[in-house]
Amino acid sequence: MSGLIDFIGAVVIIAVVKTIIVFGALLLLTLLVIWFERKVIADMQSRVGPNRWGPFGLLQALADGMKLFFKEDFRPANADRWGFAVAPVAAVVPAFLAIAVVPVGDHITIGDRRVDFILSDINVGVLYFLAMGSLGVYGVILAGWASGSKYPLLGAVRSTAQVISYEIALGLSLVPIALVAGSLSLGDIVATQGGNVGEVTFFDGIPLLEQVQGIFSFVPNWYIWSQWPAFVIFFIAGIAETNRAPFDLPEAETELIAGYHTEYSGIRFAMFFLGEYIHVMVISAMAVTLFFGGWQGPAPDFLAWLWPLLWFLAKSTVFVYLFVWLRATLPRLRYDRLMWLGWKRLIPAALLWIMITATVNTEGVSRPVRLAVFGVLIVVILLWVGRGDPRLTDLVARERTSHGSA
Amino acid sequence: MPEGYFGQYATIGIFALAGMTLVGATLQLAKLVRPNVPTVQKYTTYESGIDPIGRGWAQSNVRYYIFALLFVIFDVEAVFLFPWAIIFESLGTQAFIEMIIFIGILALALLYAIKKGVLEWLS
Repeated sequence: MSGLIDFIGAVVIIAVVKTIIVFGALLLLTLLVIWFERKVIADMQSRVGPNRWGPFGLLQALADGMKLFFKEDFRPANADRWGFAVAPVAAVVPAFLAIAVVPVGDHITIGDRRVDFILSDINVGVLYFLAMGSLGVYGVILAGWASGSKYPLLGAVRSTAQVISYEIALGLSLVPIALVAGSLSLGDIVATQGGNVGEVTFFDGIPLLEQVQGIFSFVPNWYIWSQWPAFVIFFIAGIAETNRAPFDLPEAETELIAGYHTEYSGIRFAMFFLGEYIHVMVISAMAVTLFFGGWQGPAPDFLAWLWPLLWFLAKSTVFVYLFVWLRATLPRLRYDRLMWLGWKRLIPAALLWIMITATVNTEGVSRPVRLAVFGVLIVVILLWVGRGDPRLTDLVARERTSHGSA
Repeated sequence: MPEGYFGQYATIGIFALAGMTLVGATLQLAKLVRPNVPTVQKYTTYESGIDPIGRGWAQSNVRYYIFALLFVIFDVEAVFLFPWAIIFESLGTQAFIEMIIFIGILALALLYAIKKGVLEWLS
């Protein structure tokens, strides 16, 4: 009996310690990511960026957070009391819950107990990640509705339509990964990407490439090589899920003030802000885990447990940089373009890619069946790509209406 | 790490509980230290500096309900796709062809929606 209590005690202690570490790391990383974004955008716009607080302005985000903490925070008289109070919590909690299933490193052994660098490796990790992504929308729509104001309401409805549209593409882009990995556990998905590609025979028979194809065998065995269309869909949909530029229509300041958080101030506003940045980190971490081998990378024996963590952080930073780069580069999409891209391009593309992956990977299916399905898919793709550019059809439609009125 | 199936979810439970406590505590703590200087103007609804016109929950033309209906269909499709995707190697030809037909039917539904123009923004 006491053995059982000891066991449960150890289990709970490990879970609690992990929780504290994960929270500390997340908050610290959020501050760093905010600083990183401001500095990189400043660089791209030939400005200096934050440079007053701490070395290189590193403490600027902390100073901003402290300021928001001590700011007056009021609820407009017209707002719904409970909805207004719950919304920031509903927006930020699912954002960091998603990080629970992402493996950030290998395992260490304390005593006789194996401790993995993952909070919880549940066997439906991918579905859990998708579920947390969709829960985040409750915070947004609650904030918009409870504010009792026009701009937040419009921003919230827009955001909901956008997130549910891109969520389908996000979910469908992960089905091919499940097909090739044979598991939804993120730990397993990382494990199947271990090692190198191995012997490459792809270029056999091609005179010059055949001699040098040996060098390709050292390429890590990541899913990005075979699943790059899934990655493109995943990343575009991921940016839309985080409501960031160029998909930041819910908070398009030129038309909607600040969108769903117009009426929020002080620490409650900070919660929405925190949620958005954690979301960016989660999408980056998922991109690394699903397509770029997760925490795996070359590591010397010295401090063997630390290197996977560093690899994971380094790879994730690349994607955070990509987020910032896109924000600095691309203008905001028009709303009908956004819906066009989501429903008429990403979702059909994701469906086609699922069918192609299934067709190529099926061993039990006879060759003629596979070839037939493949042929049909290629015809569909050709017809689909051949359809006109909507900008042109838009122009034609405008031309017609102007002729009609004249 | 808690061992076994329930242990994994228990860890997530602890994590979620800790998260909500942390956020709640932060919000409550901020309440203690921040100033509170109410004025009438401060509590009006924000509308670019002008006095607000009409109610906040104004009626507007919402074109999104069709998207919501389609969302349900395709999200359920994804739910069916994931279990198939995990074990499809052992299912053989029949399951493969059946799934292709299933995806094909839903793709046709999407095509129908596009052709009917329900996904057009400018109607």
